[in-house]
Amino acid sequence: MMTFIGKRFALMIPMLLGITMISFLVMNLAPGEPIDVLTNLNPKATAEVRERLRSHYGLNQPLPVRYVNWLKRVVRLDLGYSFAQDNRLVWDKIRERIPITLTINALSLLLIIIVAIPIGIYSAVHQNSLIDRILTIFVFIGFATPTFWLALLLMILFGVHLGWLPISGLESSQFTHAGFWPMLGDRARHLLLPVLVSAFGGLAGLSRYMRSNMLEVIRQDYITTARAKGLKEIKVIGKHALRNALMPIITILGFSLPGLIGGSVIFETIFAIPGMGQMFYGAVMARDYPLIMGTLLIGASLTLVGNLLADISYALVDPRIRVGDHD
Amino acid sequence: MNKKAASILISILSLILLVACGQSSSPDDSQKIIKNNELEQKSVDKLTPVHGDTIVVGSIGDASNLIPLLASDSPSHQVAGLIYNGLVRYDKNLKLEGELAKSWEISTDGLTITFHLRHGVKWHDGAPFTADDVMFTYRLIIDPKTPTAYAGDFEQVKEAKIIDTHTFQVVYEKPFAPALASWGLSILPKHLLEGRDITKSPLSRDPIGTGPYKFSQWKGGEKIELTANQDYFEGQPYIERYRYRIIPDSATMFLELKAGNLDWMGLTPIQYDRQTAGKKFKGKFNKYRYLSFAYTYLGYNLKNPLFQDRRVRQALSFAINKQELIDGVLLGYGRVATGPYKPDTWFYHQPTRKYPYNPEKAKQLLQEVGWQDRDGDGLLDKDGHPFIFTVMTNQGNSLRAKTAVIIQRRLEEIGIKMKIRIIEWSAFINEFIDKKKFEAVILGWTTGQDPDMYDIWHSAKTGPKELNFISYKNPEVDRLLEKGRHTFAREERRKYYDRFQEILAEEQPYTFLYVPESLPIIAARFHGIKPAPAGISYNFIKWHVPQTLQKYTQ
Repeated sequence: MMTFIGKRFALMIPMLLGITMISFLVMNLAPGEPIDVLTNLNPKATAEVRERLRSHYGLNQPLPVRYVNWLKRVVRLDLGYSFAQDNRLVWDKIRERIPITLTINALSLLLIIIVAIPIGIYSAVHQNSLIDRILTIFVFIGFATPTFWLALLLMILFGVHLGWLPISGLESSQFTHAGFWPMLGDRARHLLLPVLVSAFGGLAGLSRYMRSNMLEVIRQDYITTARAKGLKEIKVIGKHALRNALMPIITILGFSLPGLIGGSVIFETIFAIPGMGQMFYGAVMARDYPLIMGTLLIGASLTLVGNLLADISYALVDPRIRVGDHD
Repeated sequence: MNKKAASILISILSLILLVACGQSSSPDDSQKIIKNNELEQKSVDKLTPVHGDTIVVGSIGDASNLIPLLASDSPSHQVAGLIYNGLVRYDKNLKLEGELAKSWEISTDGLTITFHLRHGVKWHDGAPFTADDVMFTYRLIIDPKTPTAYAGDFEQVKEAKIIDTHTFQVVYEKPFAPALASWGLSILPKHLLEGRDITKSPLSRDPIGTGPYKFSQWKGGEKIELTANQDYFEGQPYIERYRYRIIPDSATMFLELKAGNLDWMGLTPIQYDRQTAGKKFKGKFNKYRYLSFAYTYLGYNLKNPLFQDRRVRQALSFAINKQELIDGVLLGYGRVATGPYKPDTWFYHQPTRKYPYNPEKAKQLLQEVGWQDRDGDGLLDKDGHPFIFTVMTNQGNSLRAKTAVIIQRRLEEIGIKMKIRIIEWSAFINEFIDKKKFEAVILGWTTGQDPDMYDIWHSAKTGPKELNFISYKNPEVDRLLEKGRHTFAREERRKYYDRFQEILAEEQPYTFLYVPESLPIIAARFHGIKPAPAGISYNFIKWHVPQTLQKYTQ
């Protein structure tokens, strides 16, 4: 098992190198430079000013030199300074914004799992029943509903008309003056809609997936055998079928790890949540190279770690996967 | 679970219908709202203003750096503008007045400006403000190591001197009319910045200024909070706290306003006209409108043979119905632009040559140049080539995209085919504007309070990355712009700029389209707001909320 993990781990380094190299290249191929924000169509920015800014950011060096410099810093765990006008450490900016994005995505992932798996199982066991059909319709509505639209509707309903929930942001204005529990409650009220909205779309995929897995499993011989032996239905489904049907879900969870960080642009923008998605989008628009690279690096590492975890858990659950271990 | 979800969905859907119906009130209503509140306001204004309350302002973007020298985005300047002062500023009628400078003298040759600074001004940390701070700020801005986009104006200074602790003098190589206004830049505290790397200064996140508000808190991407400076030299502002909330989506921002969580935001024409006219807004908000410092134009690449004949450009100007653009795109909230200046400034001049919508005249002018529909396909042609060109504009500005579509239809009517291409901003500027690879563009300029337009219209500014990217060259305009920026006397200056506007009107290097209006909405509890040519925020420290109407008491 350890050799398996070791090998997989060693493979990750060249992969990460390749990913960052390609990202760096593609990013620099895009027209425009970080200093454009300051100088484009700005009558005060003369040619000298522009040159001065370019050398300040090291943009006058050739591309390979800049990449190697970046790599050298990364090895020392230094992601450098952001090119944005705030000139802050990339790591500081990411550290400031990562918790909230992680929280929302983790909560919504949790919600998806809690809701989608039972829906999937129920639909599979009661295949083609009325409730299965209603669930199917509901799930497809969720799949087809644009996030921003749903978000706006919920905001109008719960924020403006009923006034039950805050519309946007992370905390109420009196937040700092309250104790721990009111603070927690306030935060929870603010997170309710974003979590709901970000979970809604994912619900469809996972529940459908669960349903088809389950359907496949309950048609297997061993399930029929178990039933024939007089085992209770709840045990047949809950113990024997579920365990096998859940296996592919593990892979999906592994893949959703990087999703915990990226992919939040839309709901973070709509709900005015200062998270990673919003920051990354801004960084791309402003051509803030160090911040883009920093975020990509973390995203890529997470993807690789996610894959590794999926593989390991696979190997743990199903020994047939551990092919590399035989020698 | 599914039942609940279904019932929620149904209630949401029915609500949309309700909301949609509730918002369709007539525009006359909105006019009434303004009037009603104005009347109310007049009676309350007689009350003595009291201190207290918070104003919550909505913004699409976060500030980036609260050292104004290092920031070029408007959120940073909006917030920093309350924390710092300049030596001079524009008053409500856009005349320069002293801020940190009590007064100033300009020598008769126009080369030397001597500023007499206010006594008794203190930084927010209690240190006294002196001429040393002004000198330090000047040195910082011209220091090649400072990454600022604003050094240009100050590189013209030949010499800067401290005469005494409250007198500061600058000498210019040549008389430079925009010089005085350039000293409106925020003065930074020497005692906190000297000898340190400004790009890594804590002041960029935790500023110390001399202005009416002190910095109190900044939560990145979320909000910035300021509190009134009790020792402010013009008196403590009445509104106790200023909260700047960042809400990146304008629809969300509008919902926050509706729910009463925002006090001040800029509306889009449709929000101003249709969505804030209902009962909910009556009495709760006041709306204001005034011309913004900006205009939108259709610019022609004058290096392109298609647009080299002046009559072609004039014909296009005749063929475009500008009022229709204002009605269609801005819902009437704007004015026809006749040149590069905003109509209510001292340097605006209504040119004698005008371009009212007149497609017949356009056709006639085009015919003079040789453009005629010879093959009967509905398109004008000359030497076997049809009149087809592409207009480009940047992505993310729906007003410009709509403008392009309306113009496209009008030009089609006189036999010109205009294609539209919309491109992401950086790519647009770098790949097309800077390389002059465009035929025509729809863009806008933000106009300043000074008429100097050297950078946009002088023939010396047609190089790569420069602002005269349409390559306009006219020796007389060059001379006028040079004279204009080296003359201080307003009347004499005005003559140069009047002639400049006449020439542009005749030559039509741009078809000037419209000047949009700013449409702010502010909670009705705020009093003392007096719209003027400078907008509404010039007297912000005099705004106040009567005791009984105060909302945020904590």
